[in-house]
Amino acid sequence: MSKRRSATLTEAQCVSLAQKLLRERLCHQKLPDQPAGLDSQHKHLLELLRRTAVHGESNSVLIVGPRGSGKTMLLGCVLRELMSLKEVQKNVLLVELNGLLQTDDKIALKEITRQLHLENVVGDKVFGSFAENLAFLLEALKRGDKSSSRPVLLVLDEFDLFAHHKNQTLLYNLLDVSQSAQTPVAVVGLTCRLDVLELLEKRVKSRFSHRQIHLFSSLTFSQYVDVVRAQLRLPQDFPDLKFSNEWNHSVTKLCEDKSVEEVLKRNFNSSKDFRSLHSLLFLAVSRVSVSHSTLREADLLEASRLISADSKANVLHGLSILELCLIIAMKHLNDTYDGEPFNFQMVHNEFKKFIQRKSHSIHKFEKPVLMKAFEHLLQLELVRPVDAGVCKVQREYQLMRLMLEHGQVMEALQRYPQCPTDVKQWALSAFG
Amino acid sequence: MSRYVTRLKMRRSYKWNGRPVGEDRKLRRQYYESMSISVEGRTEDGTVSLGQYILIESDNDDSPFVAQLLKLYTDDSGKKKTAVVQWFVRMCEVPQNKRKLLGRDPHPQEIFFYQDHSCDNEVDGETILAAVQIEYVPAEDPFPEGKSKDTLFVKLLWDTKSFRALDPELMQPPQSPKSPPPSSRVSQARALPTPDPSIMKRAMSGTLARGSMSTGKMSTSEAESLHSASKLSAAKALSAKRRSRASSGPHVRKKLDLCSPNKNMSRDDVLGEILDEHTATEKTLTSKLNTSPTGRISISIRLTPLNHNEEEQISSLSSQNPDKPRLTAYDKDNATSAFLGVQPLGTDDPESLISTGRTPRKREATPRRASLRGLKARTPSNRKDSATLREPALAALAEEEHEDSPVQTAATPRSKRKSAQLVSSRIRKQLNLLDNKVDLLSDGEDGGDDDDCFVPTKIDLQSSSDEEEEAKIDSEDELVVKKRRGSRTPRSIEKTRVSARTPRKTPSKKTAPATPRTPRHATPSIPSRSAPARKPGNVLEEARARLHVSSVPESLPCREQEFQDIYNFVESKVIDGTGGCMYISGVPGTGKTATVHEVIRSLQQSAEQDEIPHFRFIEINGMKMTDPHQAYVQILQKLTDQKATPDHAAALLEKRFSAPAPKKETTVLLVDELDLLWTRKQNVMYNLFDWPTRRNARLVVLTIANTMDLPERIMINRVASRLGLTRMSFQPYTFKQLQQIITSRLNRVKAFEEDALQLVSRKVAALSGDARRCLDICRRATEICEHSGSSSGLVGMSHVMEALDEMFSSSYIAAIRCASVQEQLLLRAVIAEFRRLGLEEATFQQVFVQHQALCRVEGLHPVSVSEGLAVCQRLGSCRLLLLEGSRLDLLLRIRLNVSQDDVLYALKAD
Repeated sequence: MSKRRSATLTEAQCVSLAQKLLRERLCHQKLPDQPAGLDSQHKHLLELLRRTAVHGESNSVLIVGPRGSGKTMLLGCVLRELMSLKEVQKNVLLVELNGLLQTDDKIALKEITRQLHLENVVGDKVFGSFAENLAFLLEALKRGDKSSSRPVLLVLDEFDLFAHHKNQTLLYNLLDVSQSAQTPVAVVGLTCRLDVLELLEKRVKSRFSHRQIHLFSSLTFSQYVDVVRAQLRLPQDFPDLKFSNEWNHSVTKLCEDKSVEEVLKRNFNSSKDFRSLHSLLFLAVSRVSVSHSTLREADLLEASRLISADSKANVLHGLSILELCLIIAMKHLNDTYDGEPFNFQMVHNEFKKFIQRKSHSIHKFEKPVLMKAFEHLLQLELVRPVDAGVCKVQREYQLMRLMLEHGQVMEALQRYPQCPTDVKQWALSAFG
Repeated sequence: MSRYVTRLKMRRSYKWNGRPVGEDRKLRRQYYESMSISVEGRTEDGTVSLGQYILIESDNDDSPFVAQLLKLYTDDSGKKKTAVVQWFVRMCEVPQNKRKLLGRDPHPQEIFFYQDHSCDNEVDGETILAAVQIEYVPAEDPFPEGKSKDTLFVKLLWDTKSFRALDPELMQPPQSPKSPPPSSRVSQARALPTPDPSIMKRAMSGTLARGSMSTGKMSTSEAESLHSASKLSAAKALSAKRRSRASSGPHVRKKLDLCSPNKNMSRDDVLGEILDEHTATEKTLTSKLNTSPTGRISISIRLTPLNHNEEEQISSLSSQNPDKPRLTAYDKDNATSAFLGVQPLGTDDPESLISTGRTPRKREATPRRASLRGLKARTPSNRKDSATLREPALAALAEEEHEDSPVQTAATPRSKRKSAQLVSSRIRKQLNLLDNKVDLLSDGEDGGDDDDCFVPTKIDLQSSSDEEEEAKIDSEDELVVKKRRGSRTPRSIEKTRVSARTPRKTPSKKTAPATPRTPRHATPSIPSRSAPARKPGNVLEEARARLHVSSVPESLPCREQEFQDIYNFVESKVIDGTGGCMYISGVPGTGKTATVHEVIRSLQQSAEQDEIPHFRFIEINGMKMTDPHQAYVQILQKLTDQKATPDHAAALLEKRFSAPAPKKETTVLLVDELDLLWTRKQNVMYNLFDWPTRRNARLVVLTIANTMDLPERIMINRVASRLGLTRMSFQPYTFKQLQQIITSRLNRVKAFEEDALQLVSRKVAALSGDARRCLDICRRATEICEHSGSSSGLVGMSHVMEALDEMFSSSYIAAIRCASVQEQLLLRAVIAEFRRLGLEEATFQQVFVQHQALCRVEGLHPVSVSEGLAVCQRLGSCRLLLLEGSRLDLLLRIRLNVSQDDVLYALKAD
């Protein structure tokens, strides 16, 4: 008896340990050893940055790819490899900026100066006006030359946001330095916008080298499933060998399961991006407990259901019957008038017609009550005014639009617990 | 003079004799020793070989040009024969107003050794007419009688300013035809660092000749020489013109820039004059002994001991009679310069001069003034102006030299030999007296530096030791010198060495100071790297380095006209001391800023040579400031090193440009990216263009912007009117120009196939004509080539195509192909909805309905609205779709950012 208890205890420990390990893997974006499927891009970028670091050649490059395609990961891998070169280690200054953090040139300049540890930095603060800082930085960069000063690698994350700064002063100056015989710099921009070059002013554009590294995933579904398997596997050095074997076996079986494959396929069809996959797997892994110590298909299905659930359907779930009736009335109005906006009065009329026909199932509500219900819908933003209350129209006559799809309404009605049949029928009928 | 056969009358054909004797791989030249010329209708062939004197075709059949053949070579094509020659001039080629400098009637067969470093000494081999006999006649001998009519006599040397005695050594044929003989003194000076003894020797003889022969150079200004050059007859004039402003290509000037600073010359000349003076009076010296101590880097060492002779002579001379020299007509200048050099010695004992440490400084003013007076008094009236004009300029030059003292460095005698040092130090002292040198550093160090001044400096050139050997043999007075030694004489060596070192110290401030500084006094600098940057290893890397936009090209091809126009504009303003504005426009990457910089560089060069007055150059860039009003601050800071607020700076500048100041130098202001200086009231632009119109401003404003009609578009009338109509627009480069640019950049580094270059340049010319783009593509192509490891090692068409594809092809199609299934479906839904509506815009709700339908058709599980919206947002974030804010939810409007055809094409190919 006592023996068994200890065994279950260790099993519980194993489960929590495995969960911890997998969660870490899925949440902390750890750099892989080698960026998968990006060999040529990796080589190109590494070679380019190496030349800046070793030969002092100035360069500029943009890494373009949709969100979650591994831009930062690629750059991280390249930088890690670059910094491991002895020749480079102490010779390179790295400056990292993010368009979401450095929202204007003033902040960006201070940040660059701070990260470069220039001489006008006191402690961790940069003093001086914007103009002074700019002049100082430019002068510093100008003093340097190709062979003697340390190359500066400038990483601009969300590069497109820098293009929205006033006059694009920062970009102009950085790219100008990269095209003149000053301190060697490599300007690396990361962006997901394909049209980023069109954002640049023509003189800024001319100074950019037009080197773009595109990251598009050409992932197939089988590769995708392989990734899933690899992500869920427990490593060899897991303390409890028996548990890890069992777990790995279940994962392999899971991936062959038809329904799981369908879930994965659906996810893959929606987006090839690994981040959405990670959130799916994260939910599934979290459902593992002592009672079922391996990952089952039900966990994955449930996770998928949670992830792909429509947000508005959930809101509809918590509405009262009256509010639901109003929504159905609006849906009919939409059908009748082909999506033209309506006002409260029209909804009220529609609702009254329904009550008159089938008055027995629903209580006859007063107009103020209806108004209250309507305003609740307005607050939930299921209904939205056409123009945000510019003119002073009486509330009843303000034009509104329904923010729900036809299908969403029907689905909500199907799932609504104890929905009166009259109401359901009304919703299904072609005309109110 | 007999008539010579020229091309007009008879056809001549040229042939190399024998095999090439040498080859220059880098320049792809093959050198020959001789060439035979066969003339139609004559049986015997003429032969010209190296060292021979030849006649070269000219406009005037009666008097073809005369030259000595130094080199013969053919370029790699083998067609073009080129000869490098040393020119001689006839009297008729000397400008009219200079002829009387000779002081006698020229002999009808007399020619002069032509010494002009700027003169192009390369001629087409096919213009050689025949060989000719030339005889050297020592300066004081009469012309020999009864020689053949075809023999020419050379007696003197013409250096475009004066006639001087000719060193017979110069008339010797070159010793080794294999090593390309340096063509001019300038190139010799450049060749110095190479340890090749033959080159060293030639370089030696070059300076030697020059040093000993210069007389009265000071009397003529550079400006005059330009006139004289243009009066030379056709072919020479053409080459001389390259130097004159009228057609000076940037290339020529750049080359000059690279070689030893031209300032040196004037200093050399001054020095040479004193010494030559004595050599001229004491004719006992051989030409070899006659060397000058002028500080041409390493040569000075071996020259120094000999100067001891002169030194002795100087002192003996001075103790007797300072103004002894004969006063032949052509030596009038000589006399003044002798006066200039000798006078201080005449009044003071040289020994005392040396022992009192501060004397040179105190005294320097007196002799100079005296010499000026002397000049004014003695020079013939026609030369007075030029002489006086030259003098202050020289003084200014000397002062400037002292400031940044590159000459000092060059002039430092570095011999290990004490005697040599001793003597050279003396000469240096006189030099100090002469050209107004104030050496503050030396003053304090007079005392106890006897010991370390004999320690050889690190900078000692390798050649110094063999030269010493030579010097030992030559100098007979060594013992005497040694006896004399022992006082504080070597002081000046130390002095010069110290001063030589000082400029080097200043830039090396970079090493970060240990003490933390306040931001006010922080020096902007990037920390220096621990390991040096690696040099390019192979041809492709070399090509890549050359093709980088940042590498400064040797010349700026294809912008000659623009260069000329801007040059003329600025030059005329600088010379006249007036002001003006110029507006330069052109699309990015057409070389606007580069051309202006090139103009300024060559103008500064001519300012250094005193061809034009000195001027200040200031550059501001609209993009490099945070606010238009910062322009004032930056201008003020660059002009006066003052910091001020914009308003205060504007007031100060206003005052500066309107206050009359007769000695103010012209300021050239370059305003790049002018359009960014626009403010609502436009007062910044107004001021910038108003200042040049002030009478005393002496401000030239060059403005650069991208758009041609900027003045009309954004400037209000009073601003546009002040900008004036001096406009220039840079056209985008044509494909030929782009090709030329790349070729000139590559400069014989063979890395590209011809076709590949053409493809790049045509493509870029068709798209933008942006030279930067062109260079970037070429650079990328070299990388691709390197990685592909092509067999030929050359960048071929395929590599260029790949690079072009990378840079120009739109990535939308690739993006669509790599999108997920739902994303692709949504794009199709968008197109379907557009077709249905007949509009290019739809709301998400409408598209979503289509999307649901399409999902059903494709047999996919329909997505929920939230998922659909997420898909839509993803497409929006990479800008395949243009979306409104996501707050609008179902009502957000969707547009395509790609053409429908592209989407369909991308989806169909799947």
